Amino acid sequence: MLDASSNRISSPQLFLIFSRIGLTSFGGGLSGWLLREFVHSRKWLTEEEFFSGLAISQAMPGINVTNMAIWIGYRLRGNSGAIASFLGIIVLPGMLMVLVGTLFASLQGFDITHIALDGAAAAAVGLSLSLGLTAARRVPRKVIPMAIMVATFVAIGVLHWPLMWVVLVSVFVSIALAHLTTA
Amino acid sequence: MSEPLRTLLAVFAPLSLLTIGGGQSVVADIQRQVVDVHHWMTAREFVDLFAISRMTPGPGSLLATLIGWHVAGFWGAIVATIGIFAPTAFLIFGLAHIWRRYSGARWQRVLETGLRPVAAGMILASVYVLIRTLDGGWLAQLLAIASTAVLMTTRVNPFVVVLAGMGIFISLHAVGLV
Repeated sequence: MLDASSNRISSPQLFLIFSRIGLTSFGGGLSGWLLREFVHSRKWLTEEEFFSGLAISQAMPGINVTNMAIWIGYRLRGNSGAIASFLGIIVLPGMLMVLVGTLFASLQGFDITHIALDGAAAAAVGLSLSLGLTAARRVPRKVIPMAIMVATFVAIGVLHWPLMWVVLVSVFVSIALAHLTTA
Repeated sequence: MSEPLRTLLAVFAPLSLLTIGGGQSVVADIQRQVVDVHHWMTAREFVDLFAISRMTPGPGSLLATLIGWHVAGFWGAIVATIGIFAPTAFLIFGLAHIWRRYSGARWQRVLETGLRPVAAGMILASVYVLIRTLDGGWLAQLLAIASTAVLMTTRVNPFVVVLAGMGIFISLHAVGLV
């Protein structure tokens, strides 16, 4: 079922919101933008709905942010919402990227371009880190889920083990344990 | 479909299905195929295109669009974009549909409960790597922490925070600190 609140949201509106995010998110951290926009500012999705989609987007192949666009668009407006959100996050940003590509030679000549982008990237880490902290806050305060979160973090972030195997093993173990403990 | 367009599709569509954990996981293989296998560009040109995809807002995986444009113009851009995004787009679309249809089912609660700690660990790990590799040293890391604090405690638009980051770095550069 569509939420009651979603009656107010149209597909063109979703296209515009995703285009705006796609065109202004210098430095990355797009999933953090989406959490802020759809959950915390507009309250169109609950944290629960958002993080279910994010967990699936991460565990499945696919670009996280386009997967999230499809997930959110479908949640809010069904098929047309999914298509509008997907097109929103790639069409105009893709055109902008080609445009920047043609100007690159002249942009690259200026030190200031690199300095500004380094600053944008550092600030945008805040979006990713606040997303990560919000996700961590939602993990149940129990030994097993906490241990799985820490083990995944250490395996990928510190030991640099191959992502695909870490994800496959930790997803399998974590789901098997959840199966045993969920009523 | 002409030869380069077919090849672009054959390069990017399979890679789409290997992007577990996000688009960054396949960049090395894109480079190998684009530079070493198909000789579409030099390693130097690839590094430039990668830099462009980093400096432009929006999904970093639009790197594929840029490569397609470089190889075969407008239609190359379209075909490469479809190749990298479409296969997994259908996958997640199907999952979103199933998720809503069986909303609240036990298996769904099991999957959500099981995936939650893994997703949190993955996001934190990629942020950790990101912070350690930031250009700009400890000042950049300090800015990242300050930005997190602001975003966690206020409702300010992220664009303002990113613009402030640019402004702070330009000022620091002007006084010779970065």
